[in-house]
Amino acid sequence: MAQVSMTKKRPKHLDLMKIRLPLPGIVSILHRVSGAALFLIGIPFLLAVMNCSLANQDGFDRWKASIGNPLVKVILIGFLWAYLHHFFAGLRYLALDLHKGIDLPTARLTSKLVLIASIALTLILGAWLW
Amino acid sequence: MVKRVVVGAHYGLRDWLAQRVTAVVMVVFTIIFVAALIRHSPMGYGEWKALFTHGAMRVLTLLFFLSLFYHAWIGVRDILMDYIQPTGIRLFLEVLVILALVGYGIWTISILWSA
Repeated sequence: MAQVSMTKKRPKHLDLMKIRLPLPGIVSILHRVSGAALFLIGIPFLLAVMNCSLANQDGFDRWKASIGNPLVKVILIGFLWAYLHHFFAGLRYLALDLHKGIDLPTARLTSKLVLIASIALTLILGAWLW
Repeated sequence: MVKRVVVGAHYGLRDWLAQRVTAVVMVVFTIIFVAALIRHSPMGYGEWKALFTHGAMRVLTLLFFLSLFYHAWIGVRDILMDYIQPTGIRLFLEVLVILALVGYGIWTISILWSA
């Protein structure tokens, strides 16, 4: 019997274009992607902003003026989404660790909520920032 | 014969827990920070600076950043373990990440205490 299941052909492909991730899988990979982006660019950017804006009045004004630049705004909104997605997906994982919401329908629902909440909040704050 | 149970290097549980504790610290700080932003909005340089030089907030901010760096270390190390197979390259990248994070830590202290 064991032999049968070992040799059973299972669909296996690692073609990124063919892989169809379920919703919790999408939340998971976005958690990783947003985390990597926050580490690679987010942290040095955040520290540079802190450094400039806290140093003196001139640095604060320069930073405030640079927010007016649409390109800076788009980058900020991008990081806002990365932070919010990582934040909400992280809260979901903390709940899962406590065995809250681990049945499939709830897990699917909460992953949908994570995606919607982070995008909606990014759009609202982004519109307000603009 | 010595009875031995092979259970790995033992840093797994500690890091797993640290990942979650640091996450909770950052959640709490984020809420405090956003509340302060809303309360003092719109913010000028004086208020912005006062926010971070206030004794408790300065320490909380440092705690947030230290949590962030430890959290980032565990996360990035996990990513490297998953995708970078050659040990030499992985170790090299891990050292780069550690150096960057330690550097960021020193930079954070210097920003917060010179403000």
